[in-house]
Amino acid sequence: MNLDPLNFLGQTLALLLLAPLLSGCIKNWKAKLQNRRGPRPWQVYFDIAKFLRKDMVISEHASWVFSFAPYVVFLTALLAGLMVPMINAPAPLRLFGGVLAVVGLLALGRFFLALGGLDPASAFGGMGSSREMTISAIAEPAMMLAIFTVAITAGSTDLSQIAQSTQSATWKLLNPAHVLAFAAMFVVLLAETGRIPVDNPATHLELTMIHEAMLLEYSGRYLAFMEWGASIKQLVLMTLLVNVFFPVGLAGPQASVAALGISLAAYLAKLLALSAVVVVVETTNAKMRLFRVPDLLSTAFVLAALALLSTFLFQ
Amino acid sequence: MLLTFALWAYVAGMAGALVLQRAERLANVLGFGLAALGGVCGVVFSVSSLAAGRAVTIAPVTLWSGPIPDVRLVVEADALSCFFVLIVSLVGLAISVFSLGYARTYYGRKNVGVLAAVFNALLLVTTLVFIAGNLWMFLIAWELMALLAYGMVSFEHEDREARQAGVLYFIMSHLDAACILLGFLMLAQAAGDFSFASLRGIGAKLSPQQRDAAFMLFVIGFGIKAGAVPLHIWLPVAHPVAPSNISALMSGVLIKTGIYGLVRVCFEFLGPPPMWWGASLLAAGTVSAVLGVLYALMEHDLKRLLAYHSIENIGIILMGIGAALMFLHTGHAVLASLALIAGLYHTINHAVFKALLFLGAGAVLHATHTRNMEEMGGLAKRMRWTSLFFLVGAVAISALPPLNGFVSEWLTYQSLLQGFGTTTSLVRLMFPLGGAMLALTGALAAACFVKAFGITFLAQPRSDHARNAHEASLPVLIGQGVLTAACVFLGLFPTAFLKLLDPLTQQLTGHQLSQQLTLANGLVLSDATAQGGTVSTLGITLMAVYLLPVPLALWAMFGRKARTRIAPTWDCGQRGLTPQMEYTATGFSKPLRMIFKALFRPRREVQREYDFSPYFATTLRFESHMEEVFQTRFYRPVNLWLLRLSRRLRALQAGSLQAYLIYVFITLVALLLFAS
Repeated sequence: MNLDPLNFLGQTLALLLLAPLLSGCIKNWKAKLQNRRGPRPWQVYFDIAKFLRKDMVISEHASWVFSFAPYVVFLTALLAGLMVPMINAPAPLRLFGGVLAVVGLLALGRFFLALGGLDPASAFGGMGSSREMTISAIAEPAMMLAIFTVAITAGSTDLSQIAQSTQSATWKLLNPAHVLAFAAMFVVLLAETGRIPVDNPATHLELTMIHEAMLLEYSGRYLAFMEWGASIKQLVLMTLLVNVFFPVGLAGPQASVAALGISLAAYLAKLLALSAVVVVVETTNAKMRLFRVPDLLSTAFVLAALALLSTFLFQ
Repeated sequence: MLLTFALWAYVAGMAGALVLQRAERLANVLGFGLAALGGVCGVVFSVSSLAAGRAVTIAPVTLWSGPIPDVRLVVEADALSCFFVLIVSLVGLAISVFSLGYARTYYGRKNVGVLAAVFNALLLVTTLVFIAGNLWMFLIAWELMALLAYGMVSFEHEDREARQAGVLYFIMSHLDAACILLGFLMLAQAAGDFSFASLRGIGAKLSPQQRDAAFMLFVIGFGIKAGAVPLHIWLPVAHPVAPSNISALMSGVLIKTGIYGLVRVCFEFLGPPPMWWGASLLAAGTVSAVLGVLYALMEHDLKRLLAYHSIENIGIILMGIGAALMFLHTGHAVLASLALIAGLYHTINHAVFKALLFLGAGAVLHATHTRNMEEMGGLAKRMRWTSLFFLVGAVAISALPPLNGFVSEWLTYQSLLQGFGTTTSLVRLMFPLGGAMLALTGALAAACFVKAFGITFLAQPRSDHARNAHEASLPVLIGQGVLTAACVFLGLFPTAFLKLLDPLTQQLTGHQLSQQLTLANGLVLSDATAQGGTVSTLGITLMAVYLLPVPLALWAMFGRKARTRIAPTWDCGQRGLTPQMEYTATGFSKPLRMIFKALFRPRREVQREYDFSPYFATTLRFESHMEEVFQTRFYRPVNLWLLRLSRRLRALQAGSLQAYLIYVFITLVALLLFAS
């Protein structure tokens, strides 16, 4: 299993640097759409740098798990990101794991995130952990079913191979199975990245928060790693959606520099378009009651099941 | 040779512990020491014979032949036996070391000699179940295993709960023994002999109806032993009340005898399977997995929670085995081997991590004197090593990379995904749906273990016992450490371990997959089948180490001057947090309880007493119940019906000798008529 060092380094840097910018863009656009000025898109970089420099306050009740969690969250998101093709189809770590490993790594990060939320003995953290694990549990089958649909069509769980096989037959992009799976994945994306209508990323110290509740006791560089990890995870999931379920323009192996440039442009364009959709959804919807979220996610599950069924019908 | 030595070690341990039961220290050291020795021998024996790729390690040996023809006790060991001997020996070894320390807690309170003796006897008969070469041996060992386990379930018989659990276990094990006996008699009748050698492929001589009937009997019999839904009701009752080392043995190893029996019977004796066998096992596995984990989530008794997880994992194992049978039916022998490997890999994985978690629960139980998670908390600071080992077990059982649970579930997912292409009938939708349910199971298991670990080990201690908890003794830690190491090894080096499964799949499906499945340090599927995917847990781990400098460099770059301060948790301006303000286990699982309320049927009762406003209650009483659906909807009606039937039948037993003679006469005539 040899690594292409350039590909590896490039994608690591892209994940690290692009993720905060994307979060910043979404924040900025959301503010614009709501008639607020909003923070500049690159504000998130400054936030992270500031957090890294700050002193840390650690809860007296916290154990070693609390300090261990930020590294796990950060590294699992990064590792998962290296398995998803971003600009060219063979992702750097594609041989280390396909889509099952990506899902597994993100779940590992979530596991430690939730433990970190429980550790400082605050009721907020426990609440956040409980809700995070609940929502992810009901989002997981929908996500897996959607992924299975494309994996079955491609005959592989390797993300690069899925992307390439979808690309090779252009008509497959408008295949009902694909469209339905894409829709299901989009709902899952909203849930997994803590967006309205499932969670509100803008809240602090509110009884409805989920992700922020778990981070409440984190400060300094631990908070930086947690926030950064979360934004990398968001980028990974969005990349998964745009490059695996809609791999238009994705460069293949041994692509020329020009092809890579086109691929990069296509990737950024798709990413920004998806972000714009997320912004519109966030602005036009209200946050749901917690016990309405299962309805939304079961809709996603049904969409994914329909996608699967249509593979069966149209094959 | 080594195996004989292991068996004699168990016998010696049993005898020694019984003889020395007055001197409990000696009995403890001798009994569990010899059990550990036997475990080491068993591991070396099975690993060496599997690694050498031997199909038959021990040809049938007659241990004893009775005065009546055909009554013989025969042992033999083939690759399948060796694999299960490996499980019982490895787990037995770790538990024996653990018990050296753990049994001290019973000094002066219970008879440690008897505990050690029965523990040895259990290891002995379980090994005998796996190496039995004919029905006599198998059934006698099977029955002894059930009886000894019954003894251990009611070991703490002062406790009413333990006595009741024992009785339930007793009844269910006899139900399963009866089904298995009937099934085997059907086979033996066709074979005309009781040896396993003559039973191989005997299904071909039976009519399809007979085969189906035998299959059903075996599924019920072995399903009860394995604890598959809906035959599971004894498991969450019986496993927690036994001493923790025995719980670990029961959940880790004893329920695997059901899996062993099912594999032995379905792949070797019953002949080519029809589609519905595999499909029904796959469906039963899926249901067991999802329901097992859902019930586990609602538990706040740590050991019951783990027991419910055994049901979940048995479900996952059954999914692999069911899929393998389906592939055998469709003629995809390579895929069948893959699915079988997935199931068997999960079998050993579950044995290892479940035993580890039960041992951890035992250490916690000893330190806090309770099984109730709501009275624990803060143990990660007080029991560092135990918490680390438990966390490894929790990550492994939640099927998270890079540990062993992930590897076997990855294999299961792959075989389910590939299954979609094996047939064009509608049955194939079962595979991806099963996969989706497996994903649900995995995510719920993660939620459950965040709860189990978080509430037990993290945050503030919720009781004085938890506050004064102390780390467990050295043997207790070593026992857990052995299993932790096994979890890591099975997770990071699946390529090394898969080689051991080669003789096994060769024996059962005629294919060896380890060559095609492994490449460098990862698992690959593309060569083995038309479709593919790769994963490398070792690669992921190494890469994580490789990337660790990224956050560390950032820290060095920006945060050199940053200091760390220990301070109270933010309390919203109140006067300090108390343990009562923490999230509880019940609270943690509340969202899922509400989402799945159709299943749990939760009922709660809150009584408030207040002086002037309901918001300032002076006393509060809270009660929460859930309906145990299987008990109330199935077992209780059946029970009542049985009682009513027996009451009717009482009329027959009038106490008059003449009537009884008539019954005997009528039976005789009926039998004669039936036979002619």
